Amino acid sequence: MGRYVLRRLLQLVPVFIGTTFLIYWLVWSLPGDRFAGKCGERPCEPAYIAKMTEKFNLDDPLIVQYGKYMLNLLQGDFGITSKEVSVGELIANAYPNTLRLAVVALLIEAVIGLAAGILTGLRGRGFLDNLVLVSTLFLISLPVFVTGFVLQIVLGFELHWIKTTVSASPAPWGHLIAPGFVLGSLSMAYVTRLTRTSIAENKRADFVRTAVAKGLPQRRVVGVHLLRNSAIPVVTFLGTDLGALMGGAIVTEGIFDIKGIGNLVYDGILGKDGAAVTGVVTLLVIVYLISNLLVDLLYAVLDPRIRYD
Amino acid sequence: MTDPSTAATGAAVTSTAGEFVTGAEHIETKAGKPRSLASDAWYDLRRRPLFIVSAALILLVLLMAAWPSLFTSVDPTYADLGRSRDAPSAEAWFGYDNQGADIFARVIYGARASIIVGVVSTILTVLIGGALGLLAGFYGGWIDGLMSRIADVFFGLPFVLGAIIILSSFRAAGSTSATEIMFLVILSISVLSWPVCMRIMRSAAITAKQQDYVKAARALGASSTRIILRHMLPNALAPVMVYATIALGAFIGIEATLSFLGIGLRAPVVSWGVMIADSRDVIRVAPHTLLFPAAFLTATVLAFVMLGDAVREALDPKMR
Amino acid sequence: MSANTTKPAPGRTGPVPGAPLLEVDDLFVEFRTRDGVAKVLNGVSYRVEAGETLAVLGESGSGKSVTAQTIMGILDMPPGVITGGEIRFHGENLLRASTNRRREVRGSGIAMIFQDALSALNPVFTVGFQIEEQLRVRRGMSRKDARKRAIELLDLVKIPNPKGRVRQYPHEFSGGMRQRAMIAMSLALDPEMLIADEPTTALDVTVQAQIMDLLKEIQVERHMGLILITHDLGVVAEVADRIAVMYAGRIVEQSDAISLYRRPGHPYTQALLDSLPRLDLKGTELNTIKGLPPSLINIPSGCPFHPRCPRVQDVCKTEVPAQHRPAPGRLSACHFAEELLSGE
Repeated sequence: MGRYVLRRLLQLVPVFIGTTFLIYWLVWSLPGDRFAGKCGERPCEPAYIAKMTEKFNLDDPLIVQYGKYMLNLLQGDFGITSKEVSVGELIANAYPNTLRLAVVALLIEAVIGLAAGILTGLRGRGFLDNLVLVSTLFLISLPVFVTGFVLQIVLGFELHWIKTTVSASPAPWGHLIAPGFVLGSLSMAYVTRLTRTSIAENKRADFVRTAVAKGLPQRRVVGVHLLRNSAIPVVTFLGTDLGALMGGAIVTEGIFDIKGIGNLVYDGILGKDGAAVTGVVTLLVIVYLISNLLVDLLYAVLDPRIRYD
Repeated sequence: MTDPSTAATGAAVTSTAGEFVTGAEHIETKAGKPRSLASDAWYDLRRRPLFIVSAALILLVLLMAAWPSLFTSVDPTYADLGRSRDAPSAEAWFGYDNQGADIFARVIYGARASIIVGVVSTILTVLIGGALGLLAGFYGGWIDGLMSRIADVFFGLPFVLGAIIILSSFRAAGSTSATEIMFLVILSISVLSWPVCMRIMRSAAITAKQQDYVKAARALGASSTRIILRHMLPNALAPVMVYATIALGAFIGIEATLSFLGIGLRAPVVSWGVMIADSRDVIRVAPHTLLFPAAFLTATVLAFVMLGDAVREALDPKMR
Repeated sequence: MSANTTKPAPGRTGPVPGAPLLEVDDLFVEFRTRDGVAKVLNGVSYRVEAGETLAVLGESGSGKSVTAQTIMGILDMPPGVITGGEIRFHGENLLRASTNRRREVRGSGIAMIFQDALSALNPVFTVGFQIEEQLRVRRGMSRKDARKRAIELLDLVKIPNPKGRVRQYPHEFSGGMRQRAMIAMSLALDPEMLIADEPTTALDVTVQAQIMDLLKEIQVERHMGLILITHDLGVVAEVADRIAVMYAGRIVEQSDAISLYRRPGHPYTQALLDSLPRLDLKGTELNTIKGLPPSLINIPSGCPFHPRCPRVQDVCKTEVPAQHRPAPGRLSACHFAEELLSGE
């Protein structure tokens, strides 16, 4: 187990450096004026340019710049926006909302997705199975912003069941249910399908047959042997998804006006504030990479075969 | 030993002739002659309602993209603010948008941009990912290691975030004509998607490489090109095809998402994503400006996803 | 078979005193698939007494495994459908028994060993857990007692260092050790009857012999009934008391092992024996059975073996040969069994 963790950590290092370097290069080192389009429609103020040049060491060679930037980043210094607000501060205010939203989304997709997947996987072909398959196809095909707008119009403006915008910060959990559903809807469909296939495959597995032949009660055969094995791919998917949801919240937060990280990125794009966008996106990528690593470790815990490769 | 088939001919026949078949023929089932996987899959596909519906939908959308004037004679760019946000009526089936342009005509003409982005991104993704995957799988060793790590780097970028960075950086750095933006959108989609395709191709190539007949071909001195083209490529074709079909649908959805975020296509280009982004501020008062482009978008994505699903199930004998 | 003495009275369930350990009586099973109805079992009957070893022999698709799965109640249904017959354990018809009663019999009445221990053991649980599980759930043992018993069982099947081994996962065992662990697991509830479905097919030849010896030893020691399913006549030679040969879902011959080897009562058995490599005929070409196993969807008329039979006559193509006793203690389903046994 220890060696596996070490190997995964070592593998992550080049990926981490490569990805962050790629982002840094795209933002600060493309040919042309590096401050073009970083301060909204107007050109940047000379004072800001000077400040940023100093802060990001933009006169140094690229590698040195990147190195110093990463060092700052690791110390929580994400730079400043064109309005000279600390990006780190903005993130600190926004991330609790995004985290809450992601957790609500994850819960919704896990509960509904697992339930639907287990039910159809165990039952096999039939009306319910077809119904679930068609609904998941629909959810996969619906772009998130369409789901968001439709829910906002129908449940919010027409029926007044939900608040159409959640501008309070920190966002109350109850207000996040509909946005959470929107954010989690795509993954919910994947969780359902993954669970269904996984169970349908394992249902006929030899070890399930053995469990029956051992005279175990049906409940235990399904609950311990079938579900435990089928859960491995689903749990890993859910784990990876937490990182992806944080990044994918941009659209959802934009629609429901949730003051989270996604909103920060969205505002940054609209305001053409390059420093803010890269700071936040780099952070989200780091979160994504770390959550992937944690999932890998979780996978090793769940599936003993992996530890001894 | 008597040949059972000749022995059977001379027998006193009391049962039907069909029962007198040789052992070899017994193995076949009533369904008919054994078929190859591809023709078997095709035979299976044609009988699936899911496949027929999705294929018909896709043909219709392709037709719209190629010859929009077949479906409408209205100019999609002509706008009259006097009829802004008018609801659907007999002369404009889908109503008018915020600028007073005919939504039906715009939806028809919008198919082209969406389809072009989807198709070209898919082709580019499959070409980049497929080529690198084949090379990595075929040569293995440090080439495989290097390519896999590069793929990991791009895979480490969440899709929307990566696209935001690429699009906003490149757009800030250069001029932004309509074709350039379309090119950038296609580029960022492909650059962020190829690792998936590469992994599929790589594992298919490795599987093929380990087949005994490929080992034999190598031992007999077949050239690398021949082994790649004759053995590895066909092996990888099925999974890549399934991936490409589903990805095409997804890419069309992504184009719309990027437009929605304000970093993708934009007016004067007409695309479903642009229309949905335009409707953003008026959906409360004129939901039809969102509804129709969103419906077309969803139906198209759905058609490709269903097609991919149907093809996958047909190609995977385990699912039957 | 003398069915009338052992059939339980209508409505009565539960064991019948004095009845044989296990009887399969005229069992019919079909697989209903998209391509048609495959008649997998067509009237299979055999019986096993305590302390007796019955080897069931046949090619793949002959129905030997399906019979075992039907006995255990682990047949995949659908596509499988039991269309007739009885399976009696101590005289109690298991096919009529309640789900709970069937579950009780599994493991403690009849246990089973599978061909591929790697896929038959759950990969994500330790070997110890999988043995202890039955003891805890079925016998209500404490964790500690169950662990102690699991170690004893691993020791019983001669796995070295059982204390360390209980904590390992199936993939950490070698093929032979895994099959031993499987056997230990099947013995956990002290079954009266053991079904071994090709227990050695996936193993090396040297390991095969060790596993067979172990099975035999345990069977004698515990006076268990043993059904040994195999397609390999060589494997059963030393172990089996009686042999049943299956073809196309039927038992074509049944006899005690020694007589069957000495003089087969069915051309199919003869062909199986001829296809064994023999030291005294070194250098000559090995005999194989011509043709392919029959399609169970479209079983040949008359004797199902007739398209491949070297001694086929006209009658074989039209009339299904009845199972009869060509000699004392022997059963055969060949029109010419008497001739075969008397030497042409």
